[in-house]
Amino acid sequence: MSIPNVKMDTDLPVNNVVIPVQEQLGNEESYLKLITKRFFKHKLAVGGLIIFSLMVLIAVFAPVIAPHNPYSVDGEFAAPPSAVNILGTDEVGRDLFSRLLYAARVSLSVGVGAVAIYVAIGTILGAIAGYFGKWVDMVIMRITDIFMSFPYLMVILVLVSIMGPSLFNVILVLGLLGWPSIARLVRGCVLTIKEMDYVKAGVALGYSTPKIVFQHILPNCIAPILVNATFGIASAIIMEASLSFLGMGVQPPTASWGNMLNEAQSITVLATQPWLWIPPGVMILLAVLSINFMGDGLRDAMDPKSLK
Amino acid sequence: MFQYIIRRLLIAIPVLLGVTVFNFFIINLAPGNPVDMYINPDTTQADIDAKKEALGLNDPIYIQYFRWLGNLLQGDFGFSYTTYEPVLDLVLNRVGPTLLLMSTALIIAYIIAIPIGILSATKQYSWIDYLTTTFSFLGVSIPNFFLGLGSIYVFALVLNILPTGGMFTLGSNGGFADTLFHLIMPAAILGTAIAGSTVRYVRSSMLEVLGQDYLRTARAKGLKEFIVTNKHGLKNALIPIITIIGMEIPILIGGAVVTEQIFQWPGLGQLTIQSISSRDYPTLMAINFIAALAVLFSNLITDILYAVVDPRIKYN
Repeated sequence: MSIPNVKMDTDLPVNNVVIPVQEQLGNEESYLKLITKRFFKHKLAVGGLIIFSLMVLIAVFAPVIAPHNPYSVDGEFAAPPSAVNILGTDEVGRDLFSRLLYAARVSLSVGVGAVAIYVAIGTILGAIAGYFGKWVDMVIMRITDIFMSFPYLMVILVLVSIMGPSLFNVILVLGLLGWPSIARLVRGCVLTIKEMDYVKAGVALGYSTPKIVFQHILPNCIAPILVNATFGIASAIIMEASLSFLGMGVQPPTASWGNMLNEAQSITVLATQPWLWIPPGVMILLAVLSINFMGDGLRDAMDPKSLK
Repeated sequence: MFQYIIRRLLIAIPVLLGVTVFNFFIINLAPGNPVDMYINPDTTQADIDAKKEALGLNDPIYIQYFRWLGNLLQGDFGFSYTTYEPVLDLVLNRVGPTLLLMSTALIIAYIIAIPIGILSATKQYSWIDYLTTTFSFLGVSIPNFFLGLGSIYVFALVLNILPTGGMFTLGSNGGFADTLFHLIMPAAILGTAIAGSTVRYVRSSMLEVLGQDYLRTARAKGLKEFIVTNKHGLKNALIPIITIIGMEIPILIGGAVVTEQIFQWPGLGQLTIQSISSRDYPTLMAINFIAALAVLFSNLITDILYAVVDPRIKYN
């Protein structure tokens, strides 16, 4: 992706803190280069990037790597790991390793899909609220407050169960409910930027409002949005796993790391068949951890306060 | 100050109304119908219609909303579709265990997070700092249910030192020690995620304060480093942390749903899951409403506390 001509000589609100900017950067190339350089100095972030890239490869090439069909019942029921089924089989005799690989597709598509939806909604609402101000801002911010008053997981549970639990509905619900934090962030950013002289010049030149908002103001808010979205992908993955674990998310036979752990709610499975629940749990942890590390690296790299 | 509290309360009213609208409509626009639960081979269409009429399901949706809201204002949450008990009783029975679980989790989280956060900030970029950072990310990234299952496996099944779930030993009548014994694991697990993020906030807040001039002055006065950090520094660093507690309440409620389900803790979270599977709309609406009320209330308290603690904050 390209980061448009971002002039970092503004006060960017990162994490609700307005940070005075010390850097004056000429063009987009040097800015991108600087961020990349800083990001690669962050060891944990680089580790996260490597693990995350591996996960993406696994998800994309799952059909090639998987030794068995993840849906076909061809092994023994709940067989321990062996030469044929390297991680054993599940309660109905499907190969666990193959299911583990296919489940990466579910988690990553939920993460990316849900976040893409709510970043779009949040950015548009936040930009409208921040740019137009007055009663428009009031109304949008009160709606944001309402959405933020509900404990996130509870509403998601209710909505998903009403709409019928499925991969598509999980993505949709997470996407439709996740926007408030982005909306607040973008609003704050737009409020600061719209007072700048170059925006006023744009208004004086008679540019259309959408052009001013989307081409002149919003590109300056990309850094905080990107950081927030990265952490958002991690929490969407945890959310999907929790829903599927509770039986209200992605439904079998589709494999999801969360629903693979569902069976471990029984004490017998928990005690006697650890191969059923440890690998999917570790995969969720790895995916979420690697994305969080990347988010941390990105935040440090894009933080205008750091001088390195 | 008094005016500030009043103004803050007035803002909360439209939000609360919005909460009731949103709450009512998402649940009532659901395609499923509670009457479906009563259908068996002997049910006639007339029975179904009578049941629908009795539950008031034939009225237009906005009438149903105002009826629900009117009853709500009188403290009447209706009757459960499954157990026919008053919803209020059903829910109130579950509030205690959930509050106990959540507050213990919060206390555990802060007991862990504050000293570690301070240590991490005072020793910035040391190995302790890196270790804490890694662990705090682990705490945030590990799904509650995986950690819960793992802990049951280790502490209850392998080591056999803690119970697998429930709130007291079956057959006994509870008692303080027994409940505490059952509380340890779920509370610690619920607290982990909160501790992970709180450590980060304490650390950055402390770093901010440590760079301030007044700390240099305190040192120049010849105060011991321990007093400088923990008295002068910590006091100021804790102010922004108050807002964090407000933000953590919704996360805590959501986390309680999963934790209660794993540990069979008889709280609101478990009731939520039961009500969802039995399409018990009145109960679900009541739980959601109470949870939202709790979030609004904790935000209000947070804002007020913040204003009390930090006199620099202007009330308008």
